[in-house]
Amino acid sequence: MVQVTSAMPIAKMIGSTRVILGHGIVNVTGDPTLSPEEEKKLRCQLVQQALAALESEEKI
Amino acid sequence: MRIVHYVNQFFGGVGGEEAAGSPLEERAGAVGPGLLFEQMMGEGAEIVTTLICGDNHAVEHQDEVVASVVDKVKKARAELFVAGPCFEAGRYGMAAGAICAAVQSELGIPVVTGMSEENPGTDLYRESLYIIDSGRQTAEMRGVMVKMADLSKKMMNNEKIGSPSEEGYLIRGLIRDEFVEQTAGRRLVDMLLAKVKGEPFESEMVSTFFEPIFMSVAVKDISNAKVMVITDGGLVPKGNPDNIEGMAATRWGTYNLEGLDDLKSEDYEISHGGYDPKFVQEDPHRLVPLDALRELEKEGAIGELHNEFISTSGLGNPLSNTRRMGKEMVEKVKEEGVDAVILTST
Repeated sequence: MVQVTSAMPIAKMIGSTRVILGHGIVNVTGDPTLSPEEEKKLRCQLVQQALAALESEEKI
Repeated sequence: MRIVHYVNQFFGGVGGEEAAGSPLEERAGAVGPGLLFEQMMGEGAEIVTTLICGDNHAVEHQDEVVASVVDKVKKARAELFVAGPCFEAGRYGMAAGAICAAVQSELGIPVVTGMSEENPGTDLYRESLYIIDSGRQTAEMRGVMVKMADLSKKMMNNEKIGSPSEEGYLIRGLIRDEFVEQTAGRRLVDMLLAKVKGEPFESEMVSTFFEPIFMSVAVKDISNAKVMVITDGGLVPKGNPDNIEGMAATRWGTYNLEGLDDLKSEDYEISHGGYDPKFVQEDPHRLVPLDALRELEKEGAIGELHNEFISTSGLGNPLSNTRRMGKEMVEKVKEEGVDAVILTST
C-alpha cells in the first residue's frame, strides 16, 4: 500500500511505510488554481509517483 | 450490596479449552474468584449470581450473550457488576469488555473488570471502562482482586476516582481537569530535572503508542497489478447511502467505479468534518484520482483498476475503531484479489 497525503507528520508518526506527499490537505490529488488540463497532468504525475512507490523495496 | 459476577468456563470451574463452547449459565452465589472478591468487598457485599460462559461461545454469539447477561443482571437487581479478571486471555477479555460496556450503558450501574495491557479487550474497551491492570500472571489473583474491590467501593460510594497509577487501572486515554498546586511551567521543570537526575517521574499525558507497521512486499510488476483506491477523506455517493459519520466513523463503504471514466461532482458528497470539502466537492478526482488511473490503465501502466473504491472518514476516531475498520478493509481487499492499494488521506 502507498499513502498519498499532505499530512506527512501524521503519516510519519504512525509509521506509514510508503508515503507520497499530496498536493494539499483539502485537495490531495489536485490543485484548483490550475487549468483542468494542467491539474489532470499533475494528478497523473502524483499517481505515477505512487505506483513507483508500490514497486519500491525501500521506505519512501 | 448485590453483585453479579461474570467469569469464563475456566474460572467458573466448568472446564478448560474443551469446554470453551459451553453456553451461558447462571449459578446462585459466588464461584471461584468471586469468593475472593466477596471477601475483599467486606461485610454486606454479596455476589447473588455468577454468570459463566465458554470463551468461544461468548465471542461467537456475542450479541446474544451480551443481551442475555444484561437481562440477568437487571433481574438480579444488581448494584455492581464485575467481570474477570481476564489476565491475558483474549476471548475472555473481549467478551468481558463487551458485556461490561453494555451493562454500564444500559443499566447505569458501576462495572469493574481486570485485564492485562496486552489483552485485545483492553484496546477495545479501555476508553469506556475501568479495567484494573491484572498483569499476565493468574497467581496474582489476590492482589488484582484487592484493587478491583477497592475501585468498586469507591465507585459505589461516588468517591473521586484517582489516576490510573493511584488506582491501578489501565490508562483510559481521557483527559480530566484537575486543580493542582504548581503551574504547568513549574511541573515541567521539575519533571525535566528529575529526568536529568535519573529520578522517577510521571508524565501527565502519555502519548499514544503505535504498533510498528511492517513494510509490505513490493509489487513486482505494477503494469500487471490490480490496483484499488481507498480514501479516508469521506467521499461518498450523494445521499451518503451507508450513513458514514463525518467524525469518529464506525462504518466504511465500497462504491462502484465500473464503467466510469470520471467522477461527476453532482453524484458525490463529502462526509468528513474538520477540512473544507469545497475543492473535492467541485472535483472528486482531487481525492479519488479515477481520471488519472483510467488513463494509466489504458496506457498499460497498471494492469487493472479494481471496479470499486473504499471510503470512510478519518477524523477524531478512537484507534480501536480505526484498527477494526482497517482489518475489515484488508479482508475485503484480499477477497477481491487486489495487488496494490493507493490510500489518499486528507
